[in-house]
Amino acid sequence: MHVLRPLYVVLALAVIMLIARSFWVPNDFGTHEQGYTYGWYRQSNVEEWKNFTVKYRGKEFCGTCHAGQAQKLASAHHKDIECENCHGPALFHPADPLKLVLDRSRELCLRCHTSLFYPTSQRSQIKGINPDQHNLGLECTLCHKPHEASKPGRRNR
Amino acid sequence: MNRRDFIKLAMKGTAVVVLAKGLDGIFRPSDVQALATPLRFVFLVDTYKCIGCGFCVKACKLENEIPFDADVSRTWVERYVVTSEGEVFADTPKEARNGFITGQIDLGRGKFKDIPREKIKKAFFVPKLCNQCEKPSCVQVCPVGATYQNADGVVLVDRKWCIGCGYCIMACPYGMRFFHPVHHVADKCNFCYHRINHGLRPACVQACPTGARQIGNIKDHGDPVENIIRTQQVAVHKPEYGTNPQVYYIGLGEEVR
Ligand code: HEC
Ligand code: HEC
Ligand code: HEC
Ligand code: HEC
Repeated sequence: MHVLRPLYVVLALAVIMLIARSFWVPNDFGTHEQGYTYGWYRQSNVEEWKNFTVKYRGKEFCGTCHAGQAQKLASAHHKDIECENCHGPALFHPADPLKLVLDRSRELCLRCHTSLFYPTSQRSQIKGINPDQHNLGLECTLCHKPHEASKPGRRNR
Repeated sequence: MNRRDFIKLAMKGTAVVVLAKGLDGIFRPSDVQALATPLRFVFLVDTYKCIGCGFCVKACKLENEIPFDADVSRTWVERYVVTSEGEVFADTPKEARNGFITGQIDLGRGKFKDIPREKIKKAFFVPKLCNQCEKPSCVQVCPVGATYQNADGVVLVDRKWCIGCGYCIMACPYGMRFFHPVHHVADKCNFCYHRINHGLRPACVQACPTGARQIGNIKDHGDPVENIIRTQQVAVHKPEYGTNPQVYYIGLGEEVR
């Protein structure tokens, strides 16, 4: 019988581990729809991901308060650009943050307007400028209206 | 039966019951049967339409709380320039979170290359994101069940469960996974699971000014994305790995790695 003693110890350990596991592992952890290979997980995590905070609200939302800007934008060259691409995510604006950023940097406009001759890309169809030559050092918005880009040249507000 | 024997027997009996019960929790064959769902999210990228503005990357990082200045991202845009001599140059400066505002190719280590206009035979942008594979190798290697595939096809990472071992990061043939600098767990694109489940489009899709990125349901025959995948020439990245990726590309050149 002495020889069997280590076996009892191992069995006891296994029992302790399984008891500990039943406390440690939540009830919803196990095999789900996709089977053991791909679907072995904690079910409540799916809800956790679904409840992640949405930050980008879309331009229809902006238009409910900034009707002027929305209407100008919709009638001009930049109609397909989301407001939040230039102004940052709305999150809970206007409650938090109260204001969104006004990014007047040249880099914002150059994302699309640096002239790139790429024959197999739609990029080459956008009117481009050479950023090292076109009014170097000046903000684009000094002369161009960001919302009404269809009116080239001097801006008149 | 004396007291000693009784206690022995009782302990053995308990051990057997607990063992059986414990194993049952891990392997439950009835649950293994897959449920048929009429929903399977897929993605469609049109490389001709992509203008490399990088607003998708910006939107993704801010929407999903990936530190903006950290050199990791759930999605990025690559630029490929093929010269008339057949040379291929590719770069993705800062994952293109600030777009491509110069024609110079970023060769890395502070070196840049100018390619004269006449020499460019073809050039295009390729947005990349998690392929939400039908057979995700990243999920197979997870030792703790922290990453998994949903019935709708999206692969998620359980941040509370992940131990940060990094196996999945190594197992992804597309390099889509990275180590989250704040949460210290594996992270990757999940098609903005919080948006697509509330009737919104993923942040990158909404931000895209040209419609180069689209999301759809491949099990819905009225879906425009499903229609394109079914009727047009589309390709996926590295099909030879057998992962069955579900991000389809229009105009995927052989140069793309
Ligand atoms: C519920 C109404 C409301 C909605 C919706 C709304 N805003 Fe505003 N927004 C305001 C108010 C009010 C202010 C002015 C705060 C102040 O000046 O004190 C403001 C300020 C701004 C400013 C700063 C203007 C400046 O002169 O500094 C920007 C930019 C802006 N909003 C952009 C947006 C965008 C983009 C959206 C859509 C994502 C949006 N807003 C949605 C109410 C709204
Ligand atoms: C192409 C980038 C771009 C887009 C798209 C854009 N804006 Fe702007 N917006 C700007 C810039 C740049 C300014 C600062 C203009 C200036 O210097 O006067 C600005 C200014 C504003 C202001 C401040 C008041 C004003 O009119 O100058 C508001 C409010 C505003 N934008 C709201 C919006 C809303 C709402 C939308 C979407 C319908 C939108 N913007 C889309 C770039 C953009
Ligand atoms: C998302 C890409 C994008 C961004 C960012 C962008 N634009 Fe544009 N812009 C366009 C597109 C597309 C047109 C459409 C017409 C064309 O050039 O073919 C256009 C047209 C214009 C035009 C008119 C060109 C003409 O004469 O027909 C001007 C001027 C202009 N944009 C200025 C700006 C300025 C200033 C900014 C920064 C505030 C800016 N754009 C940011 C995409 C962009
Ligand atoms: C000092 C004023 C001024 C500034 C600053 C300026 N522009 Fe212009 N831009 C003009 C004028 C005037 C034109 C029209 C005449 C021309 O084609 O040169 C023009 C034309 C354009 C065009 C149309 C080119 C075409 O082929 O028709 C685009 C696009 C443009 N600008 C973008 C920008 C961008 C982007 C910036 C900022 C990086 C910028 N501009 C800064 C004055 C300015």
